Amino acid sequence: MASLKIFLKSSVGRKFLVGLTGLGLSGFVLTHMAGNMLMFVSPEAYNTYGHRLITNPLIYVAEVGLLVMFVVHMGLALKLALENKVARALAPSQNPSNCEKDARFGSRYMALTGILVLVFVVLHLITFKYGPYYPVTYNGVEMRDLHKLIIEKFKSPLYSGWYLFSMLVLFVHLAHGFSASFQSLGLFSVRQCLIKKLGWLFALIVAGGFFIQPIYGYFYGGN
Amino acid sequence: MKLQLKIWRQNGPSAPGGFKDYPIDNVSPDMSFLEMLDVLNVELVKKGETPVEFDHDCREGICGSCSLMINGNAHGPETGTATCQLHMRKFKDGDTVVVEPWRAKAFPVIKDLATDRTAFDRIMAAGGFVSVNTGNAPEANSILIGHDTAESAMDSAACIGCGACVAACKNSSAMLFVSAKVSHLAQLPQGHPERAKRVRGMVTQMDKEGFGNCSNTGACEAACPKEIKLENIARLNREMMRAAFTE
Repeated sequence: MASLKIFLKSSVGRKFLVGLTGLGLSGFVLTHMAGNMLMFVSPEAYNTYGHRLITNPLIYVAEVGLLVMFVVHMGLALKLALENKVARALAPSQNPSNCEKDARFGSRYMALTGILVLVFVVLHLITFKYGPYYPVTYNGVEMRDLHKLIIEKFKSPLYSGWYLFSMLVLFVHLAHGFSASFQSLGLFSVRQCLIKKLGWLFALIVAGGFFIQPIYGYFYGGN
Repeated sequence: MKLQLKIWRQNGPSAPGGFKDYPIDNVSPDMSFLEMLDVLNVELVKKGETPVEFDHDCREGICGSCSLMINGNAHGPETGTATCQLHMRKFKDGDTVVVEPWRAKAFPVIKDLATDRTAFDRIMAAGGFVSVNTGNAPEANSILIGHDTAESAMDSAACIGCGACVAACKNSSAMLFVSAKVSHLAQLPQGHPERAKRVRGMVTQMDKEGFGNCSNTGACEAACPKEIKLENIARLNREMMRAAFTE
C-alpha cells in the first residue's frame, strides 16, 4: 500500500491518472459523436436513441463515472500545469526563444485547449441537457424532441460558429492527448510512430464527426 | 569570421542578470564553440574585464559538463551534438549569436553561463546505482545478456547527464535524464534486485528538486546530444507502475 501511495503522489503517478481518465473521456467523445450521427438518419432515430439513453437506469452510474473522470483529469492536469510554470523560471529580461524545436503544436497548449473544452462542455450542458423541453410522440411514447432543439441552435450562425471553433480546439487537444496518454501509461515504445498516427486519426474522426453536424444543421436542417 | 555575440551575464544566483553585446573578430570556422568563447575571454582579460564564466571539461562530448542555450537551442543548432563539439562553421559570417545558461528553477545560475546541476547528482544518489561488492572484473559469460537487450541498455546508458533535456523542456522536466538512468539498469539482470526501490527513490527525488512534469512534447529528445529516445520515458512510467505493486 505504501508503494502504491508513493506512485499515486509522484509526478509519474499523477500523469498516469491524467492519461487514464483522458482515454476514458476519449471513449466518451467517440461514442457521443457516433450517437449524434443518428441525426443524419432521421429525427425519430435521433430522439429515440436519446430517450433510450436517459431512461436506462445505468445512466446515473455512467454520469457519475464521467463526472469523476472529468474532475480527476482536470484537477490533476491543472495542478501539474501550475507546477510546470513554477519549474520554468526565466530571468526577467531573458529571451524565451524558440527552444522547443520539436515540441508539437498541440503539446504546448494542452492546458489552454483543455480549459476551452471545459467552457464548451459547461455551455453545452446548459444549452442541451438543461435546455428547453420540446415534446414529441412516436408510437404512443412521449419523449424529448432533441432534434428540434439542435436544429434550432445550429440555424444560428453564431452558435454554429462557436461549435465549430470548439471542435477545432478539441481536435488540437485530442491530437496530442490521445497518443500522449499511451506514453503516460508506459505503453509507448517501439510502435510510437503508429500510436502518434493513430492519435491524429482518432482526433480527426471525433472532431471531424462533430464538425459536419452543425454544418448540416445550418444548411439542411428542418428540410 | 565575424560574429555579434549576445551573452547572458549574471554575477550570482540572486543577482539580476542581463544580455551584453560582444562583437568578436577572427573566429576560425574550425574552432569549437567553446574555443570561440576562450578567444573572447582572452580578449576580455586583456582589456581588464571579467571573463565569461561557462562550464566545460572533456571537450569531446562525453563528460556532460558543457551546456549553453545557443540561439534558443540547447547545445546549439546541431542535433546529437554537445556544445563542445559544435563547430563555428555551423554559423555564418556576421551572425548574431545569443548565448544563455540552462533555464530551470532546479538549475540555478552560479555565474553567467554556469549553472548548478547538482540536482542530477542527488537524483543519482537516490538510487541510480547497483549495490554490489565489485571486486575483480567478473567472467564476461557468467551472466548472459541478449544482444538486443545489451544494445538497448547501452543506448540508455549513453546519457551524459548534461541537462539539455531540462533546458529544452517547456516544463523544465528531468524525465528524459531520469528515464535513461532507470532504463539502463532496469534492462540488465544486475539492476533487477533493486529495481522498484531505484525508480521510486529517483522519481521522488526528481519531484523534490522542483523539476516540472513531463507533458510528452518530445523537445528533450530533439535537444539531447546523445539522442536518448522518448521510449525511455515510457519505460520509466512502466517501471514506476510496476514499483507501485512491489514493496
